[in-house]
Amino acid sequence: MTWYAALGAVEQGLVYGIMVIGVYLTFRILDFPDLTVDGSLPLGASISAVAITHGINPYLSLVIALAGGFLAGMVTAVLNTKFKILHLLASILTMIALYSINIRIMSGPNVALLGQKTVFDAVIRLGVPSHLAGLVIFALFALVVLTFIIWFLGSEIGQAILAVGDNPQMIRSLGVNTHTIIILGVGLSNGLVALSGALVAQNQGAADVGMGIGTIVAGLASVIIGETLFGCTTIARAFIAALLGSVVYRLAIALALGLEFGGFRFNPSDLNLITAVLVISALIAPNLKKRLIAR
Amino acid sequence: MISLEGIVKYFHKGSVNEVFALDNIDLQIDEGDFVTVIGSNGAGKSTLLNCIAGVFFPDSGKIIINQQDVTGWPEYKRAKLISRVFQDPLLGTCPSATIEQNMALASLRGKRRGLGRGVKGRDRDKFREELRHLGLGLDARLLDKVGLLSGGQRQALTMLMATMLKPDVLLLDEHIAALDPKTANQILQLTQEIIDQGKLTTLMITHNMNHAIRFGNRLIMLHQGSILLDLRGEEKANLTVRDLLAEFYKTQGEELALDSLLLG
Repeated sequence: MTWYAALGAVEQGLVYGIMVIGVYLTFRILDFPDLTVDGSLPLGASISAVAITHGINPYLSLVIALAGGFLAGMVTAVLNTKFKILHLLASILTMIALYSINIRIMSGPNVALLGQKTVFDAVIRLGVPSHLAGLVIFALFALVVLTFIIWFLGSEIGQAILAVGDNPQMIRSLGVNTHTIIILGVGLSNGLVALSGALVAQNQGAADVGMGIGTIVAGLASVIIGETLFGCTTIARAFIAALLGSVVYRLAIALALGLEFGGFRFNPSDLNLITAVLVISALIAPNLKKRLIAR
Repeated sequence: MISLEGIVKYFHKGSVNEVFALDNIDLQIDEGDFVTVIGSNGAGKSTLLNCIAGVFFPDSGKIIINQQDVTGWPEYKRAKLISRVFQDPLLGTCPSATIEQNMALASLRGKRRGLGRGVKGRDRDKFREELRHLGLGLDARLLDKVGLLSGGQRQALTMLMATMLKPDVLLLDEHIAALDPKTANQILQLTQEIIDQGKLTTLMITHNMNHAIRFGNRLIMLHQGSILLDLRGEEKANLTVRDLLAEFYKTQGEELALDSLLLG
């Protein structure tokens, strides 16, 4: 792996890390497996791209994207809590609907951002070399999101969110409306995923309706890698691990794509297989370790 | 304090599995009453408590707590007035949260939750003080996760959490049934102390007739969704397990004689 490829992987790891933080919130904290993210990532990208091409400030476009993702998450959560649709199914329904909505937003399957203003302009103007601008911006955003989520989960509402995932009956008997909390939590999660999608679109210079495929798998892979490598004993540690897990995941993918055995090379289309193998090995590693130690 | 008027509750109404759980229950409970509730399995004890707590709504009838008609209030809204301790010690606390986090959650029962810190520094001393009263050494373990505690410790903590903010009504659903006899007695003693101290209006379901007689100032026996016995004051004080068993087996249409032989 070249230094340049590694840099790109870290960059990707950080920007998708924001998505992974969102996935951790639903998957682990709320115990709500949420596939909406496959739709809300491109939703954030489309909103941001369309906003920018309409002359809206790129930073402001991120806020709108976040709000759009939040709404999408709320739809899934309302379907689940108020209408008793199974969480997985509710999220698949929202995801499918978002496919059409995203094409509507972009008036087509994609929007290019060539020559448009982006959030990277500001740091480039400050003298950061353009190939590092992504890294700087993404690290900044990832840190802000990470700090916010850890702070938020330490608040009174945040503690209630943790309790809903842990023991819904108990927290209901303490006067918390679990439906409201789930709607808030899944909304927030998808808001972060959309923010991640918006930043990705600005970085790669286009939003595309297909860019969300496999988001949840990449998210879960990162979550599991993070937990396995860095642990999850406290909330702060768990979220830091999720972000780092995302970086390790992207590095591992870059490494795998750069491998060469004689005449054989991996194609980008082999990514899904690599991801599956990664997740499986991360899942069985603790078990394997225990057995080896026992011997 | 609590007034139940004509409470009727069916389960699976209209299907082959229809169960008539509560049959037109009328019950007035005064402030400061400590009512023990007994009855065989399926008599409607838990259904009654769950109706009061708002876990489900009655098919007809009215529930009034503290002059407020709460019949249509969802469970989380009634938490303002009601505290509960469940039979399963695992249900009353969050295992992956620390002791202080659990207590902080309970200290906001029925209140608005905002962006202030979940556990506040000034609460810590108060929590530690309250835990010291339990005498289980939990006051030194504020930062331990509750999942590490034993069932008895968790139930003691739950009792404390349920009464930190004085509830208008305390509901105990066989809260010592899942504990070993020694721990059960400790928790029962703690329950009595807390109820006496706060003069709490309490409903306690129990399967133990001794406990039903020994505790509280009023005893209710449910059978097939109706109140079969309602004793208080003198009447309750003079009650023996033998009397209760006699009543109990009358409902089954059996003679006591046989059982008294068996029970010695």
